[in-house]
Amino acid sequence: MEKTTGSEAGPLISISHLTKRYEAGDPALSDLTLEIRRGEAPAVLGPSGSGKSTLLNMIAGLDRPDEGTVTVDGVRVDRLGEAGSAKYRRATIGMVFQFFNLLDDLTVQDNVLLPAQLAGMPRAKARERALELLADLGIEQYRGTFPGRLSGGERQRVALARALMNRPPLILADEPTGALDRASAGSVVRLIRELNERGQTILLVTHDTGLAASCATRTIELVDGRLVRDGAAVTQ
Amino acid sequence: MTGGLGTIVRAGVGRRRVQTLVMGLTTTLAVTAAVLAAGLIVASEGPFDHAFNRMRGAHLSARFDSSQITPAQVSATARARQVTTAAGPYPLVSVKPTPVDTDGGLPPGIQLADLTVVGRQPGGPVDDLTLTKGRWATKPGEIVMSAHNEPFVLGNTMRFPGVPGDRLFKVVGIARSAGETADAWVPRTTIPSLTAPGSRADYQMLYRFETASTHAQMDADRTAIAALAPGRSLVGVQPWLKVRLAATRVSATFAPFIVAFGILGLIMSILVIGIVVGGAVAAGTRRIGILKSLGFTPGQVVRAHLGQALIPGGAGTLLGLVFGNLVAIPVLGDTAEVYGVGRAGIAPWVDVLVAAVALLTIAAGAWVPARRAGNLRTVEAITMGRTPSRDRGRVARRMLGRLPLPRPLTLGLATPFARPGRSATMAVAVAVGTIGATFGIGLALSLNGVQSGINLRSPGDVVVGDPTSAVNTEKVDAAITRQPGTGQWFNSAEANLGVAGLAGSTTVISYQGDSSWASWQMIRGRWFHGTGEVVTASGFLRATGTRIGDSIALVNGSRSSTVKIVGEALDVRQEGMLIVLDRTSIAPLQPRIDPLSYRFNVRLKPGVDRDDYIEAANRDLEPLGVSATRNSNKLSDTVVSMDALAGALTVLLLSVAGLGVLNTAVLDTRERVRDLGVLKALGMSPRQTTAMVITSVAGVGLIAGVIGVPIGVAVHGVVLPIMGHAAGTDIPAVDAAVYDLPLVIPLLLGGLVIATAGALLPAGWAARTRTAIALRTE
Ligand SMILES: Nc1ncnc2c1ncn2[C@@H]1O[C@H](COP(=O)(O)OP(=O)(O)O)[C@@H](O)[C@H]1O
Ligand SMILES: [Mg+2]
Repeated sequence: MEKTTGSEAGPLISISHLTKRYEAGDPALSDLTLEIRRGEAPAVLGPSGSGKSTLLNMIAGLDRPDEGTVTVDGVRVDRLGEAGSAKYRRATIGMVFQFFNLLDDLTVQDNVLLPAQLAGMPRAKARERALELLADLGIEQYRGTFPGRLSGGERQRVALARALMNRPPLILADEPTGALDRASAGSVVRLIRELNERGQTILLVTHDTGLAASCATRTIELVDGRLVRDGAAVTQ
Repeated sequence: MTGGLGTIVRAGVGRRRVQTLVMGLTTTLAVTAAVLAAGLIVASEGPFDHAFNRMRGAHLSARFDSSQITPAQVSATARARQVTTAAGPYPLVSVKPTPVDTDGGLPPGIQLADLTVVGRQPGGPVDDLTLTKGRWATKPGEIVMSAHNEPFVLGNTMRFPGVPGDRLFKVVGIARSAGETADAWVPRTTIPSLTAPGSRADYQMLYRFETASTHAQMDADRTAIAALAPGRSLVGVQPWLKVRLAATRVSATFAPFIVAFGILGLIMSILVIGIVVGGAVAAGTRRIGILKSLGFTPGQVVRAHLGQALIPGGAGTLLGLVFGNLVAIPVLGDTAEVYGVGRAGIAPWVDVLVAAVALLTIAAGAWVPARRAGNLRTVEAITMGRTPSRDRGRVARRMLGRLPLPRPLTLGLATPFARPGRSATMAVAVAVGTIGATFGIGLALSLNGVQSGINLRSPGDVVVGDPTSAVNTEKVDAAITRQPGTGQWFNSAEANLGVAGLAGSTTVISYQGDSSWASWQMIRGRWFHGTGEVVTASGFLRATGTRIGDSIALVNGSRSSTVKIVGEALDVRQEGMLIVLDRTSIAPLQPRIDPLSYRFNVRLKPGVDRDDYIEAANRDLEPLGVSATRNSNKLSDTVVSMDALAGALTVLLLSVAGLGVLNTAVLDTRERVRDLGVLKALGMSPRQTTAMVITSVAGVGLIAGVIGVPIGVAVHGVVLPIMGHAAGTDIPAVDAAVYDLPLVIPLLLGGLVIATAGALLPAGWAARTRTAIALRTE
């Protein structure tokens, strides 16, 4: 992995002139330039189809931009190959999805253990970390349960625990409350805020301004793949 | 089908292109294998009887002396109660041909043995003649030879000295008679020109009987005919059983292994078609849910999926039928040659049956899961598609997860338990492939072992033989002894002697000289040493009920001498009615040794050049009427065709198994595409992904190998002795024991190799899938 700048001091994410086209027609993202510092919890806002998930995928190295650069924690993400980006994700990114994306045939604990196992963390240490996270998120009683038996809110906690497993500098959360009822959504929001207060950088994607207001330190608004607003958190 | 349904089916076939292609391909190969398998089984099931009945072969061909019987009286013999149909009388002559031009095959001018020539046309109620080459004789000077009669081929010419006109005859066709009723045929009008002055053509009458399957029945049938013929006018009969025995011996050796392969091929085809189709439909469960939410009835859903499976399946079946029939031409051609039944293609009913079974299997394979999905509540179907219920095999999967292996490997190992039914079927398919490979390779090795065992009968570097006239053995012995390069040597020759208690005579092969190094391959016991000890082939022991250690009396006229059986050796000539001994053992009997059967086997001293030796030896030997040649042991044609057939069938079985795995792996990968996306988002590298997909089939492959190899060894253990028995011998233990460690280990891993080969493609595909796209499939 190539590191460009002395990383600790600079921004965690640095995006410059990022453009992504899928097929003919308007690009999903066009000429986006953006910096996110460590410890921030920005919310990317915008209507459905405005390119929020695309931006997240670029940052996670799940897809490649057509133009521009994406640098995360000193790594030029847009230049990584498949193997390189896998390593990068293990080390740097924790992802949380709208539909949880838990593996249904693994228990809660096994789901949470996965990132550590893929990264080759020693067993005992991984187990210890997983148990600590499950306890922290209040789901240790579901350790041996399969995700299919859990409520949406519980599943999203499992997903959060999994994202935190390798202590990544950056959490990417794509509509984490989109599939949850009000009460569950509220508790997930509280968790995100707590995590951020402890210093975790979290990039939150949502089309829900209420959610953005309740836990974001900054809002970035996309419309048709363009940055239309970047500023302090809106308060309702 | 409603318009909407048609669109759904077309879209389903079109959008899942890889899957449709694999399904079509697998069906094609499976049907090819099935056609071949069924065709072979049918062909090996009494091929002689089938051909015989198809050609309305003559159970008995009788020859009547024309000086004692009129044609009307001959015809009247057909009224015997047992006769069902009869044909004739045809004029028949026995004439001695002299080759004129045989393309260098026969020296012109020599006189050959009698040919039975019959004046008739093909067809008729009995003994239809099948032309295998050329055309039927229509004019004087044209003759059709029987396919069983070797020396003359198409285009050869011959004369029949002593017949009126001494016309030149040309072979214009080769025909096959199921009962081998004559050596040649000409038009009836040509017979007078083949009848020597002063003699008369006899009559041939051909019969089919109610019952003719045993010698006793045939005797009764013959007696009934003779009773209706005046005096001693019935001068010769040929019962079909004699021809049948000769024809079926080889086919009986082939049949056991062909049937074994055929059964494996059929099981494999049905299994693979079943998993392929069932898997494809099960993969569409979520789609079924969506269709139902749009208002499709369960019946329509089932029909849509039947259509989706039957389009590629039907196309594959059709292609498979074509390929199967094409492949059958050389394969069955080989076996038909061995069976001696002429050309044999796939019987049309085999095609129809295989197609019907294939389509039914496809329909059943599609119907069961489609109906299950069709009957699911819509919500369940939709959610099942997204998060398939994975309640099965959880315990096993959790235990695998505890193994001290990298996580991608344990994830892969656990995969089969998510779909235990499909995995089990695939394991069986791979196991069947492994059985086929184990059996096929073992069989080839055993046959080659038997062949080299048989080749041991003629050991050494140089053979002196091919005498053209009676050999002066003392002079040849002296000439061989004179050669400075001669190491050890002996001569062998045949004689016919009686054995006390046994009717007729038995072939005795006697050795003179140092025969200590001449041991044949022993089945039991040991090679003979010196006077009074004999070795026999299995057939002799079986026919006489004797065992090693028993003594037998060899008889020549009034003299007899007692010898002891010390060993059982491998030989299939003359049904194993062979005795091998040192010539001193029979010297007191003063046997008549066949002067043309002498052979001298020579082992050279170390370092002697074989060709130099042969050249030098021949200067001395040729004046004595013998010649020295390299001792070259060839594979028999039968072994070669068995090897080729076993090889082809093994490859076919393995390909079908490999495609089955490929298909399963494609389906699994497709179903798990979201999981793969998640894992990649969590940092699974392409290499880890590949490892996971491969281990997901490797476990099944390994288990299949572990099950398949012992079964394959067992099939070999059952089939080989049956084949040996049909050939009239026991199989030497060394030739049967081919499964040693260096063979078994690769065979055990064979299932793994098949499974991995089948999984590589989807593994690569899974590793390359863009994660973002995979996650979007949600
Ligand atoms: N893999 C893809 N292939 C083609 N088009 C895509 C793909 N992913 C996203 N898009 C398109 O890009 C645009 C932005 O999509 P997305 O980033 O998912 O929006 P959001 O997350 O803001 O709803 C949309 O028009 C969408 O249809
Ligand atoms: Mg989105």
